[in-house]
Amino acid sequence: MNWSLLVQLLANGLIVGMLYGVVAMCFVLIYKSTQVVNFAQGEFLVLGAWVCLWFITDMQMPFIVAFLFTLVFMTLFGIMIQVVILRPLIGEPVVSVIMVTIGLSIFLQALMNWIFGNSAERFPQVFETESVNVAGLNVESAYLMSLVMSVLIMGGFYLFFRFSKYGLAMRATAFNQQTAQSLGISVRQVFALAWAISAIVSGVAGIIIGMVNSVSSSLAIIGIKVFPAVILGGLDSIVGAVIGGIIIGLLENFAEFVDGQFLNWGNLFTIAPFYVLIIILMIKPYGLFGTKDIERI
Amino acid sequence: MLQTVPASSEKADAPKDTILSVDNIEVVYNEYVLVLRGLSLTVERGSITALLGANGAGKSTTLKAISGLLKSEDGEITRGSITFDGQIISHQEPERTVRSGIFQVMEGRRIIQDMTVLENLKLGAFTRSDGGVKDDIDLVYSYFPRLKERTGLAGYLSGGEQQMLAIGRAMMARPKLILMDEPSMGLSPLLVKEVFGIIKRLNEDFGVTILLVEQNAAMALACARHGYIMENGKIVLDGPAEELRENEDIKEFYLGGSGERKSFKNIKSFKRRKRWL
Repeated sequence: MNWSLLVQLLANGLIVGMLYGVVAMCFVLIYKSTQVVNFAQGEFLVLGAWVCLWFITDMQMPFIVAFLFTLVFMTLFGIMIQVVILRPLIGEPVVSVIMVTIGLSIFLQALMNWIFGNSAERFPQVFETESVNVAGLNVESAYLMSLVMSVLIMGGFYLFFRFSKYGLAMRATAFNQQTAQSLGISVRQVFALAWAISAIVSGVAGIIIGMVNSVSSSLAIIGIKVFPAVILGGLDSIVGAVIGGIIIGLLENFAEFVDGQFLNWGNLFTIAPFYVLIIILMIKPYGLFGTKDIERI
Repeated sequence: MLQTVPASSEKADAPKDTILSVDNIEVVYNEYVLVLRGLSLTVERGSITALLGANGAGKSTTLKAISGLLKSEDGEITRGSITFDGQIISHQEPERTVRSGIFQVMEGRRIIQDMTVLENLKLGAFTRSDGGVKDDIDLVYSYFPRLKERTGLAGYLSGGEQQMLAIGRAMMARPKLILMDEPSMGLSPLLVKEVFGIIKRLNEDFGVTILLVEQNAAMALACARHGYIMENGKIVLDGPAEELRENEDIKEFYLGGSGERKSFKNIKSFKRRKRWL
């Protein structure tokens, strides 16, 4: 048994899992407040990463400025998607809305291939040191940043939904749209806000993952990995999304360890989360924290 | 046909200060279900006005037409107009109506159950941006001391407490007009009394105008200044509350009979003859 490898992998799993949790939160946010299952979540990540990279390399901006510009871009993008594509679909059957988000995903993939090209590109080095040593573990700087960002985003979500006026308004809308309207809350604004927040946070996650690996359309795989996390946590629970994400991240890396040490199948890493997805759907279809009566698709 | 209640003398000479006037509106659900057929009513500023009627008469629809919440139920005002404070609000989005000063306390209280009492109250003040929200929360607590003790989720409150929270939430918006839809629903007689006491106090303390929809006609007419009786999507009778209380037909239909026992046969024929339309 190679214990240090296991610990290293689990640390990686935790960090990646937090990131999954962040993306899963975005997914749940949209589902909860607008009842839309967003299959294009992964493309949001890729878009954020590409746009940030474009600002850095083509516009010659320093990383921080490019990062801020990306946030602005993603805000506008999120609002635009909601207003142009999803607002006309309010009241349409769930299946139509799902078809539209799948279509959006394919459209965005093609659009990004066209604009940014097919090949993977690396972020220029942002941190001075490649990796730092934390308690005897070799952790990449980008991973550390990822951990810090994930915690910040989660904390931000908590404060936003607990204390801010608009956070409360979003929760009210998720609870009952008509009740929210009777309180003077504009449901349209809440929907646009949900998509904006989701796009911003996904963009940030995309940049982080792009810095760790490299930017290419394969980043969208995170959008698929989010499903096991979300189903595990419960489709309508933000806390569940975070916990589901962390569990999936840990499990993935544990599967990698078991596979590498004993089984040598070579692909357990990718597949393990989906076994969990199937098992969860069989034994606890509403997830760990989900509301029992929500509609399944 | 029913003879109308003779207009009282004071109603005739003093011109009323009207805050809300609903003028001959027609409401259609799902593009073909006609619910309100030419309904008109006026609400005097600073008064409590009761809107009474049987189930399905269209009382709740009237309130939703005023507040604009009709749209989320596929309803539409196809004719007539609603004027509030000199502005036409018939086709306004509900959030704008709340901003102009109308707040609806919906039927069944509609508390946000997975939030705390405090969060519910804060949401009541969603449209406000002045600094008085904190003071108003204390004010609501002084009206309903019981709410202050409840720190858990609002879903665990009793029916009466939820009704009080709903009224407190309406106070937080500082509206000019509160549309109250069946505040007595599902409450014990004692609580009903308490809730009506609170409604009266709200009206006296803040001068807020209240349009009250009720099944409990006796209670509603006891605290209202003016009353409207609806049937089949129309106003069939209206007058000062004290006159309505004395009206023989109202006694018969809404206040539980006039006391003397009638044979079943007589009641049947009486109702058939007295059908209001």
